[in-house]
Order: sequence, then structure tokens, then C-alpha cells
Amino acid sequence: MDQDLQLVKGNEAVAEAAARAGCRYFFGYPITPQNELPAYMSWRLPELGGVYLQAESEVAAINMVYGAAGAGVRVMTSSSSPGISLKQEGISYLAGSELPCVIVNMVRGGPGLGSIQPAQSDYFQATKGGGHGDYRMVVLGPSDLQELVDLTYESFNIADRYRNPVMILGDGIMGQMMEPVRFPELLDPQTLPVKEWATTGRGGKRKENNLINSLYLDAEACWEHNQKLGEKYRQMKENETRWEILYEDAEFYFAAYGTTARIVKKALESLRQRGYSVGLVRPISLWPFPDQAFASLAEKARGYVVVEMSMGQMVEDVRLAVGSELPVEFIGTAGGVMPHPSDISDKMETLIREVGGHK
Amino acid sequence: MKAVFTRPQALSDQATHYCPGCLHGIAHRLVAEALDELDLTERAVGVASVGCSVFTYNYFDCDFQQAAHGRAPAVATGIKRARPDSIVFTYQGDGDLASIGAAEAMHAASRGEKITVIFINNAIYGMTGGQMAPTTLEGQRTTTSPSGRDVSLTGHPLRMSEMLQGLPGVAYLARVSCHDVKHIRQAKQSVQKAFEVQREGLGFAMVELLSNCPTNWGMTPGESLKWLEENMIPYYPIGELKTPEAVTDHGE
Amino acid sequence: MGSKWVLNSERCKGCDLCTSVCPVDIVYLSDTMNRKGYRTVQVTDEEKCISCGFCAMMCPDVAIEVYRPEKEAKK
Repeated sequence: MDQDLQLVKGNEAVAEAAARAGCRYFFGYPITPQNELPAYMSWRLPELGGVYLQAESEVAAINMVYGAAGAGVRVMTSSSSPGISLKQEGISYLAGSELPCVIVNMVRGGPGLGSIQPAQSDYFQATKGGGHGDYRMVVLGPSDLQELVDLTYESFNIADRYRNPVMILGDGIMGQMMEPVRFPELLDPQTLPVKEWATTGRGGKRKENNLINSLYLDAEACWEHNQKLGEKYRQMKENETRWEILYEDAEFYFAAYGTTARIVKKALESLRQRGYSVGLVRPISLWPFPDQAFASLAEKARGYVVVEMSMGQMVEDVRLAVGSELPVEFIGTAGGVMPHPSDISDKMETLIREVGGHK
Repeated sequence: MKAVFTRPQALSDQATHYCPGCLHGIAHRLVAEALDELDLTERAVGVASVGCSVFTYNYFDCDFQQAAHGRAPAVATGIKRARPDSIVFTYQGDGDLASIGAAEAMHAASRGEKITVIFINNAIYGMTGGQMAPTTLEGQRTTTSPSGRDVSLTGHPLRMSEMLQGLPGVAYLARVSCHDVKHIRQAKQSVQKAFEVQREGLGFAMVELLSNCPTNWGMTPGESLKWLEENMIPYYPIGELKTPEAVTDHGE
Repeated sequence: MGSKWVLNSERCKGCDLCTSVCPVDIVYLSDTMNRKGYRTVQVTDEEKCISCGFCAMMCPDVAIEVYRPEKEAKK
């Protein structure tokens, strides 16, 4: 039965995917638009012998994640923009102490209290580090619910592989919409490799004590630790970069991720039907950013239109990747308003006209 | 020769960095003695906080996690929920627990987390050089209350034990002091009970140990203990505020 | 016969807390310094020590160990 398609709401799909990945611990706090996720976990995890706990704040929740992760179990939390801001210190500690966990952000309009509709205005916070210190996190931006399920499931493996937090960057629409999805088999956490470094109490089985810590008062030791983390992030960059390119032979490209990429596909089809040579570069890993995707199009691409549900954040990374010779235009809406396909296709037509591209 | 007093095994063999006469050292010893005497060290996971005791993980011979400032009870919650058989304790100062971490302490207690909180109250921020804390007494001079704490500006010192006393989740709650041998003996009993309560899974346990800060109080160690007795104890009364019947008194 | 009062002098920080709790008043702060430059405590006359352990209990640095003779040999 597990292999069959199920019509599921995004927030619940994430929760079930995490459970299928052997996650048995969830610490969270209510915040729209991700509330169905903790609600789902509140019955699903106890059913699997796990623990769901609603903390007194997102600050407490991320520190509970820290404790459980340090005790060697698969653990996650979810929230939305303002709540994720509250977790930033904790995320820096998780990275500094090299602790695996999964953090889901269903992004909503900002800044401040903002709105509860979908947005992508936390891109900088997620990919450039919202907390203190040089740390990195693999940040994955799915654009449909099947990908959301698959990436959530895989995020626990990535987290364990690197002993590092991993973030799933969704948005209000993704959390609220329903789509048919297939869930992977249910994994029994007992089958996972034991984390020898975890603080479980020695239990008479080992001599040395385990310590979960990010304090290095001696600057040389802290510098050495940073270099060790840097090497880990280099490996992440090498192995965990993911992207998709539609119509690789096109001359002009959109760049968009997540829900926005789906809207862009609408605009893309209409432009192609009208004879325009247009494609789409869709980053799936937002960090590591897929520079190589843009590099691979260097010879043929003549210009880009970046589309985001924000005032323009990923566009900076696209410009870095593409360089200054090619025009990289931006169009976006923020605050929870979603861009319309016609505005997106108009923007591309304008660019093509300016660059002198033929239909 | 029969040993009357020797170093507890649960203490690591490392000299502490605490100032001469700082009672942190005694509080550490009482926790280690409780772990030894209840034979809990193999199950123990400590959570260090941020303050003078930030290096607590170097001073105990058991697994440890370093928590962000104020968040030790939340970290401990995560550990205990993931490893219910472990014996989890936090070791926190008054800046950590009564100021930035007050919500975490309050809610861990309210949830009845089966953890043991060791709360060291010396009415000042030690590590950062002697600033006023929520527990600083009225009129007490610190670097941030230079002419003495003015309660009309900063409010009154915070009695955390009394604040948590009414919460049903709290199974054991005591305020003790380490300023003389008699009180150290009482403190030892309370610390041991706070671990027994956890071992029996009865609920949240906290011991508030009144302590000193010779350096930032600007006194000799001896004077600081006298000051503690004469000034802190009247405002922070000593005693067991809550005891489950299951944990009986140990006649010495 | 081992000694009743043993000091790990490198751990002593000269805080002087133990000297005030000795019921027979034999513990005092000497001028002997340890490697860190702290004056360390000493006992005037170990014979008088009653092995009560008060000094050890008052020591924040667990620098003192106290022993009690097994059984006085019957004269």
C-alpha cells in the first residue's frame, strides 16, 4: 500500500516523510502557515514510539533539538520565518557542535510580523547564515510535494553524513496545498548506525566521556575547528549540489526555485509556444548554490530573468555565478503576493527584445 | 587508616579555574558525591550553562553537553526525552537560569521534566565581571548598579525557587547554602535527593545553592561567606520548599 | 601509620576558608607557596587532628583528604 499515491497536504507530507526517514523526535511551536506539521507529528510520533513536544518558544524548541541530536537520535523541528529567526542562535550552535538535525521553514511574508502567505524572503537568512559565525547548512528548495517528500527523507541522511543541520526551505503555499505523493518505506531507527559520539551516558560500555560542545576559548583551537568545519562544507559543496535545467539548448533562461519555479514553467511554456528560445535553471539545493549549472550554459546563454517571491535575494547568487557579461534581470513580488505568469513572460520578452534575440 | 573525606570519583581530576574561595567548587563536589553515592555516573549526562561554570564539562567524569546561555533546561529536555534512562542534570548560575533562561527553567519545571537542575545563586554575573543579575539584592553595588540596586528602577530580586514552587510538575525543590559546614551537610542531602527524585522518575527537581563571588563582591572569601549569611539568607530563606514522600530524610 | 590530614598543595588557592572551621584550630595559612603562587595551608600539629573532615568539606578545591586511624592499639 505504501507505494501508492496519496493525496496529502504539504505540511503533513513533510511530517510523514520525516517519520518514514526514522525521525522519532520533534520539538516545535505553533506558527502559521506550518501548523499542520506539528499537529500531524503530535499523533504520528507517539504512534511510532517517538516523542512530540510543543516547547514554550522556538528558542526552547531548537535547543531541545540540540539536546536530542546530541543524544544521538534523528530529530527535527519546523517553523515559519519569524520562528526561524528565533532559532538562529541555536542553529549556529548545532553547526558549531556538529549536530545532525532537520529544520523546516515554511516561509511567509516578512519582515517583522509580515503576512502568512507564501514568500521566499528568507533565502539570505537560510543560505548566508542567519546566525553568528562561519557556518553552513545544506538548504534544499523543493518545488512540488513529491520533491518535498523525497528531499525531507534524504535530508536526514545528509544531516547524519555530515553531522550538520539541514534546512528544507518551503513556503506557505507548499505547506497548505495538496498533491498526490508516494512515501518511501517506513525506516526503523534501530537499523540506523549507532552514533558513537552521542551523549547517552557511558552505560559501562566505554571509558571516555562524550562531549557536545562548541566552546573553544583558545583562539588557535577555535581557528582549527573552523578549518575543520570549512573542509566539511567544501565536501558538501562537492557532493550535495542539486539543480534542474529545462530546455538546455535555449538562448535565454529563467532562474527560479520552489513554488515560483512552477509559476515560471507556465510562463515558459507560453513563451516557447510563441517561438521564443527560453529555458529554466531551477536550483534545488540553495546552498550549496549550483554555480556549475550556470557555468554549463555559459556558451549558449544570452541573458537571464530571475524570478522570486521576494525583493530579490537569489538573484545576487545568479549574478555571481553568471558574471557581468550577461544581463541578469529580476522580477519578483513579496509580502505573500505571488508573481503572475504574464508579468513573468513580459519581463522575458522585454529582455529578449533589448538583447536583440530573435523569435 | 579509614578515609573520612576523599575526592569523589565523579569529579574529573582537573583543577578548577574558579577564583579562590568560590563556592562553585563545593557545589561541584556535592553533585559528584551524589552521583557516586547513588551510583549514577554511568548513566549521567550533564548540561553545562554559560557563566563562570561554563567549563563544568571539564570538571565531571561523565558525558556532557554545552548549552547556549539560558537554554540548559531545554537541552536537558531534549536529552531526557531521547534517552529516558539517562540521568540528566543541568548546572546553571543565576544569570543563566533566573535571567535569560527563566522561561526555559519555568517550563521545564511546569512540564515536570524528569531532570535535576543545580542552580547556583550568587546574586551577580561573575564571568563577565560583576554585573547586576535579577537576583542581585536591593542596594547591592555591581558594575551595572554602581550606586546600589535601585528596585524602583530594576525591580526586586527574583526568588526562582518560590516562583517554581507552585508548579505541579515540580517534585523536589530546595534552597540550600554552602557558607558553613552545617549548611554544606544540608546542601549535600538536598542535592542527593534531587537526583533520587530523578532516578525514581517523580518529576522535576531543583536545588538552589546560595553561593558567593569574592572577586566581584570585592571581599575576601571569608568576608563573602559572612555577607552571604547576613544578607542573602534573609531574602532567600533556606529550606525544602517541596519534597515528595518517596524521598525520605537520610539520618547521617 | 599514615597521616590523618593530606593536602594536595598544588590545588590549594590559599582561600583560607578551611582555617576558620577547624574545631581544634590547627589549620593555618602558611607562607609556603605552590607553583601557582598561592600560599598553601598547613596543620600545626597533626596529632591534635580529630579527623572530623570539616576543613575538607569547606575546601572548594577538594585539596584536602582526611583519614581516621583504624583502631587505637590497646595499650
